[in-house]
Amino acid sequence: MIATLEKAQQVEQAASALVVASLAGVTQNYGEVCALRNMTFRVGPGQVVALLGPNGAGKTTAVKLLLGLLEPNAGRVRVFGGDPTNPQNRMRTGAMLQVGRVPETLRIREHIDLFSSYYASPLPIEEVLAAAGLEKLADRKFGDLSGGQRQRTLFALAICGDPDLLFLDEPTAGLDVEARRALWDGIRHLVRRGKSVLLTTHYLEEADALADRIAVINQGTIIAEGTPAEIKAQTSGKRIRCVTSLDLKSLLQIPGVIDVKQDRNTVEIQAREAELVVRALLNRDSTLSGLEITAAGLEEAFLALTQDNNENANRQN
Amino acid sequence: MSATAAVLSYTQIERSPSHIATIYLKEAKYEFFKNLRLRVYTASVISFPLMFYVLFGLVLNSKETIGTTGVPTYLIATYGTFGVMGASLFGTASGLAADRGLGWLQVKRASPMPPFAYFTAKVILSMIFSAIVVALLLVLGISFGGVRLPFAEMAKLIGTLVAGSLPFSAMGLAIGYFAGPNSAPAVINLFYLPLSFCSGLWVPYMFLPKLVRQIALALPPYHLSQLALRIVGAGRHESAATHWEVLFAFTLICLGVARIGFQRDQGKLYG
Repeated sequence: MIATLEKAQQVEQAASALVVASLAGVTQNYGEVCALRNMTFRVGPGQVVALLGPNGAGKTTAVKLLLGLLEPNAGRVRVFGGDPTNPQNRMRTGAMLQVGRVPETLRIREHIDLFSSYYASPLPIEEVLAAAGLEKLADRKFGDLSGGQRQRTLFALAICGDPDLLFLDEPTAGLDVEARRALWDGIRHLVRRGKSVLLTTHYLEEADALADRIAVINQGTIIAEGTPAEIKAQTSGKRIRCVTSLDLKSLLQIPGVIDVKQDRNTVEIQAREAELVVRALLNRDSTLSGLEITAAGLEEAFLALTQDNNENANRQN
Repeated sequence: MSATAAVLSYTQIERSPSHIATIYLKEAKYEFFKNLRLRVYTASVISFPLMFYVLFGLVLNSKETIGTTGVPTYLIATYGTFGVMGASLFGTASGLAADRGLGWLQVKRASPMPPFAYFTAKVILSMIFSAIVVALLLVLGISFGGVRLPFAEMAKLIGTLVAGSLPFSAMGLAIGYFAGPNSAPAVINLFYLPLSFCSGLWVPYMFLPKLVRQIALALPPYHLSQLALRIVGAGRHESAATHWEVLFAFTLICLGVARIGFQRDQGKLYG
């Protein structure tokens, strides 16, 4: 009897154990505004999941729910099997949020010491400083740091407890290219150790570079979910850039052209099949120059997805 | 156990009581250093009561008496109350308003910090600075004002005033939950200065206009200052219990207001 119960519990745990954090059927209202509509979302172990969406889409609300800063109006939020509103259940999470103020008179070392003390088995401070690139700045007061150094300190506070689930809200905002790449490396290193990361970003190249899965949110629901390649495949075709003497009207008439945009002296053509359109361009304009053909990027996919979604929503209303 | 398997387990991590105590101590320690290094805080909280005391109690009036008590002795009680109130209000309200308004409080709450540790640290900070202000007033009074108080009385005075910082810390939390990060100091002064004057903390009580004297009876700083004056021998023969009751009721009201502010924060979209 006891053996079967144990077995049943083990099976249940194994099934639900593939999920590190989840929102299940969560609805969240702020007064009149419905921020999240019946949203279901999961983060698995050892994954980087990026949450993409325009402002007001609900990503901040979703993150706040997962961090236990809010209680859901409906539905369930679970982080490592527990309710995140209880501080005990945040012992395995770390968060890097966008803040306007961090106490300026404390030194980096002191900030890290305090945050590390909340956790059961924090990383040694030297390791934290190294991972955030702050070794030489440990005794500097926060108020004396540059913008990029402040970001890195916030990253250090997020990782100092050796969390198994890391929340990063626009982590590379304000960082120069080198610091951005260094942070990406830091994140990849964490993932290799089996940690999970939930990332929100407007910077689509970042989502493309880091994420194993992307969830696109708009108006409180997830409208698309998949690997970066799958999301990109949801928009049509290729992007062709060139400098041409042809005007926009005649470009639109070329078969296979979906859309044309003028960007200073260059035109940008969206086409389903690049070869047809390029052949037509080269035939009609012998002075064509600066020809570039690229696959439609995440940005196009994202814009197409959210535009479609907004149109559908408006039509329904 | 592989790394992934370790991540998959839902084991609850418990913190031992000594671990939690360490967190509270560290929170208080860093809150203290954070404010100590803030020139603005240290200067205003400590210097103003001392400056007023030196001016009105040592430079002027040092040979006068109020009733049977020497002015330097009398003013230690009233400026001590003034200092304690300032240390508590500025120690809690401005920090809380700024942390709330600019997102730092959210970062702390997103961490596994026990929420109570944050508030306890601010209260402890207020108590420490309150003790410092009163101790410095005593040092000045004894060194330059001829103040003579038995050691037991001095200990009682410091103890009473430090305990009296709690109602004003509660008041600070209430203000901090409603004030904006930049307007907090102004809002604090809007309460702090009139309350101090009307409670007889600057102009001694018996020299206040009749109407103000009646208003004072409803004001918490009046009651705290009376408790302090009793200890230095300048009390008005009122029951100590009444004073403590008023302060206690005031603390509860303020905590209630703070709680309303806390709930209000929960409902904010971009809070």
